[in-house]
Amino acid sequence: MYNSRNIIIGLVIFIGIFTLPFVFGIGKKNDAPKLSLDTPKINELEAKECIEDTDFMRSNHMKLLSEWKVSVVRDGNRIYVSEKDGKEYEMSLENTCLDCHSNKEEFCDACHTYAQVEPNCWSCHVGPEEVK
Amino acid sequence: MGLKFSLLMVTALILGVFLGVEALGLSYLFGVIIPYIALATFIIGFVYRVVKWGKAPVPFRIPTTCGQQKSLSWIKQNKIENPSTTSGVVARMALEVLFFRSLFKNTKAQLVDGQRLVYQWEKWLWLGGLIFHWSFLIVVIRHFRFFLEPVPAFVRLIEKLDGFFLVDLQNVYLTGVLLLVAITYLFIRRVFIPQVRYVSLAADYFPLFVIMGIALTGILMRYFTRVDVVAVKELALGLFTFNPTVPEGISILFYIHLFLVCVLISYFPFSKLMHMGGIFLSPTRNMANNNRAVRHINPWNYPVKVHTYEEYEDEFRDKMRAVGLPLEKDGTEGEKEAATTKE
Repeated sequence: MYNSRNIIIGLVIFIGIFTLPFVFGIGKKNDAPKLSLDTPKINELEAKECIEDTDFMRSNHMKLLSEWKVSVVRDGNRIYVSEKDGKEYEMSLENTCLDCHSNKEEFCDACHTYAQVEPNCWSCHVGPEEVK
Repeated sequence: MGLKFSLLMVTALILGVFLGVEALGLSYLFGVIIPYIALATFIIGFVYRVVKWGKAPVPFRIPTTCGQQKSLSWIKQNKIENPSTTSGVVARMALEVLFFRSLFKNTKAQLVDGQRLVYQWEKWLWLGGLIFHWSFLIVVIRHFRFFLEPVPAFVRLIEKLDGFFLVDLQNVYLTGVLLLVAITYLFIRRVFIPQVRYVSLAADYFPLFVIMGIALTGILMRYFTRVDVVAVKELALGLFTFNPTVPEGISILFYIHLFLVCVLISYFPFSKLMHMGGIFLSPTRNMANNNRAVRHINPWNYPVKVHTYEEYEDEFRDKMRAVGLPLEKDGTEGEKEAATTKE
């Protein structure tokens, strides 16, 4: 090989960059955070169900909240009818969502930190632990 | 032909992963096995290609660069365009790799009034290419939020800068949009400029379609039909920590996205995409123009059988002396003098 020194240095850099996540990751765990549902309000519930299916909520809760914002702020409509069973709920982050999920740190923040998401809910809304 | 073939191939690949995951339930194959194979193919194939290139003899330095070289003292040297030192070469290469300097000098040749050949300023290809490559790089770096736990600070910083604009309560990543816009421009350019279309093959369209598919599925997942991001990160981290798991409930869009990435990187070493490694080995870019200062010995020269003058004299000394030819060695005083005079 000609100019082997330079080529080998280049290839080592190449391999280093593209295997970087392995270097950081090896030996670590990949467990996703387990969400805690252990709050007084949820423990009181007979059927521990959210307003929609868990799978739907896991992927789409941010979209739902965004739609609620539009509905409440622009249309003045505060009633949400669940697509799951037709039950009615008040469209409110603080009064509906956080009423049950009062453990923001173990519930909201656990996933958001894991997935590096910084939602801008709390720039306007008050988090549950701040009320006390 | 190449266009339709590539489009058909990409559609078939997407259909394949759709059927594989949705109908046959092969999520472990598409989520774990194929990504590992693809990454191994990418790295081993890349190294193999570069080593193979490295085995080709390095040519005589090609002084076809513009700008003057150093040897003419009364003309100013262009130190970056026509470097005579290694640092100059590094500067030229860095500008080439980071800012596509050669492409910046791109011109368009056109016949005006059917007669006159006119060269025009043409920066659109450079701009499109630059936006595309930089956006792609930043998008890849942003994806490290799925690859590492905890997420490093520089990834968060890039994410914040990139997601500066808030649309409907959500940070819209500029690079994601720019990537799709730039690749679409590069594709349209290929199709609509007749000369470019004439030289375009399936190998040119295929990566464009694959990257378009990757960008589209990524944007769909982020802004339109959501996926369970936590489960996606669990899968990604599983791959990088060698504890592969396939969490339930990941949308098919994610598998399409991941599979297209696997297709792209495993196709990489066999394709024109190798310009990523090849740019560093471009002979007109990576060699100093010091032809007049440093002797170039042809690497494929075989040992030449030579017969030096000394050996010649040794062989014919007696005969030379007999006819009175001047000798350099072993001659009489008179012969030595004659030889010196002759010199």
